Amino acid sequence: MSPESRAGLLFVAPALLVILVFFFVPVIAGFALSLTDFDLYTIGDPNNLRFLAFRNYGELLGSGIFWTAFINTLYFALVGGPLTVAVSLGAALLVNAKLTRWKSLFRTVYFAPVVTTLVAVAIVFKYLYHPRFGILNRALEAVGIPGVDWLGNPKLAMLAIIILAVWRGFGYTMIIFIAGLQNIPEELYEAARIDGAGWWKQFRHITLPMLGPTFLFVGIVVAIGQMQIFAEPYVMTRGGPLNKTLSLVMLMYEQGFKFWRMGYAAAVAFILFLLIGGATLLQMRLQEKR
Amino acid sequence: MSRRTESILLHAVLIAGAVVTLFPLFWMVSASVMTAGEATTLPPHIVPHAPTLAQYRELFLRLNIGRAFLSSAIVATVVTVGSVLFGSMAGYAFAKLRFRGRERTFGLLLIALVIPPQVGMLPLFLLMKQLHLVNTYWGAIIPSLATVFGVFLIRQFMLSVPQELIEAARIDGAGEWRIYWSVVLPLARPILATLATFMFMSTWNDFMWPLIILSDQAHYTLPVALASLSGEHVLDVELMMAGSVVTVLPVLALFVVLQRQYISGIMAGSVKG
Repeated sequence: MSPESRAGLLFVAPALLVILVFFFVPVIAGFALSLTDFDLYTIGDPNNLRFLAFRNYGELLGSGIFWTAFINTLYFALVGGPLTVAVSLGAALLVNAKLTRWKSLFRTVYFAPVVTTLVAVAIVFKYLYHPRFGILNRALEAVGIPGVDWLGNPKLAMLAIIILAVWRGFGYTMIIFIAGLQNIPEELYEAARIDGAGWWKQFRHITLPMLGPTFLFVGIVVAIGQMQIFAEPYVMTRGGPLNKTLSLVMLMYEQGFKFWRMGYAAAVAFILFLLIGGATLLQMRLQEKR
Repeated sequence: MSRRTESILLHAVLIAGAVVTLFPLFWMVSASVMTAGEATTLPPHIVPHAPTLAQYRELFLRLNIGRAFLSSAIVATVVTVGSVLFGSMAGYAFAKLRFRGRERTFGLLLIALVIPPQVGMLPLFLLMKQLHLVNTYWGAIIPSLATVFGVFLIRQFMLSVPQELIEAARIDGAGEWRIYWSVVLPLARPILATLATFMFMSTWNDFMWPLIILSDQAHYTLPVALASLSGEHVLDVELMMAGSVVTVLPVLALFVVLQRQYISGIMAGSVKG
């Protein structure tokens, strides 16, 4: 072996070892786990382990609580995802506009929530949402809109969590959109202006199509992130009211680490994986078509 | 619409957006220095009438949050150092050193980017139990000591390092480690700083894995300690806001100091990626 290739192997070894042992092996073991009845008794005595084939999945698909968590997660991703993309694209267009001054200041301000600790800001929002003392309801009432019980109302709780997620997340995708916008050649806009195209036409026929690859990247990143929602409901609602904010990851956490039904919880985790993989493929396919 | 009105409108929207974005953080800081009960008076106080550090004293002296702060600092620092070292070694090798199976291995690694980490968490916990690392800092640290994202980010950067530089060092008789350490790493400083900032922040903010692996209060990191406090002290708004400030401030300060580099790092990563 040449010194170069020996060095190459040695250089990748530590990272590969960590990633293999503490990521890939657990992921594969997770699938194996989901085919068993691994629970508290198995932790005590491994001889209690039984192979169930796909029975955990069968049980899941027949249980109401799983479908509740599944639909909640999808709702969070399908409403929160596009909302995040829309807000961040809007912010990117404003920050990147030619007339805008103090560009980097606005960029920094809008990005700041991204680096905050989710658990901490979830607690902050919980108080902002308080029906009686929360600033949000006070502000709404000041302009004549009656306040609501944001986190206590089953119809609104997930929406309240989505607002928090958009607030905390839009800065990241905004930065990616700004990078995409700056890659669009200025000549395209000049040519369009000479042809008399207005703002909307330029946006519709130059900006949007040229941002195509960026949309794909942003869509995948946001979808993967959104479907892993956990800390927000854990801190703000404990999955309530009426399980309306219970997410798949939360269901997995509760089944796996509170009730120690690890086989069952592993099946939940794998369905999440399929959901994320499916969403990623779907977006890539949609992108190819256009 | 004249250019002037257009500009005024544009900036009005931008400033309104900035106010909405910053308000929750502003209120968090403001409520944290209010006297107990002041945040729940009607009409609400936006700024404290008699600012006090009483909540912070309570947090540090009675509730021992300094301990969680230290835990967070230890875990985040070790993860940052380890993942930058391992990530830069692997990223360099994947970009610049020829060895068998290089492309295939790298391609396999990339699969990890679309696998949610929760999928492996249950077996990972059982593995940590076998290794007697449950409820230890190492249990929280080890799984993040190398990340595919880090390897990927560094590799993308290393591709742009001129091959002649490495060949020249080889001709001069430098060993492979010397080349990596004294020739390549100094060039990679900006991307290493970006990765370090990113890893420190994401580890500091991480919640789910520390919640699972650290079951004893003495080892809680800040987010876990804060979530546990918020259950017991749900009515102590001012106290919880002080706890949130203690948790958020270090990463926010780090971001403000390093923001230029951090943001341009993300832009570069997303465009090339």
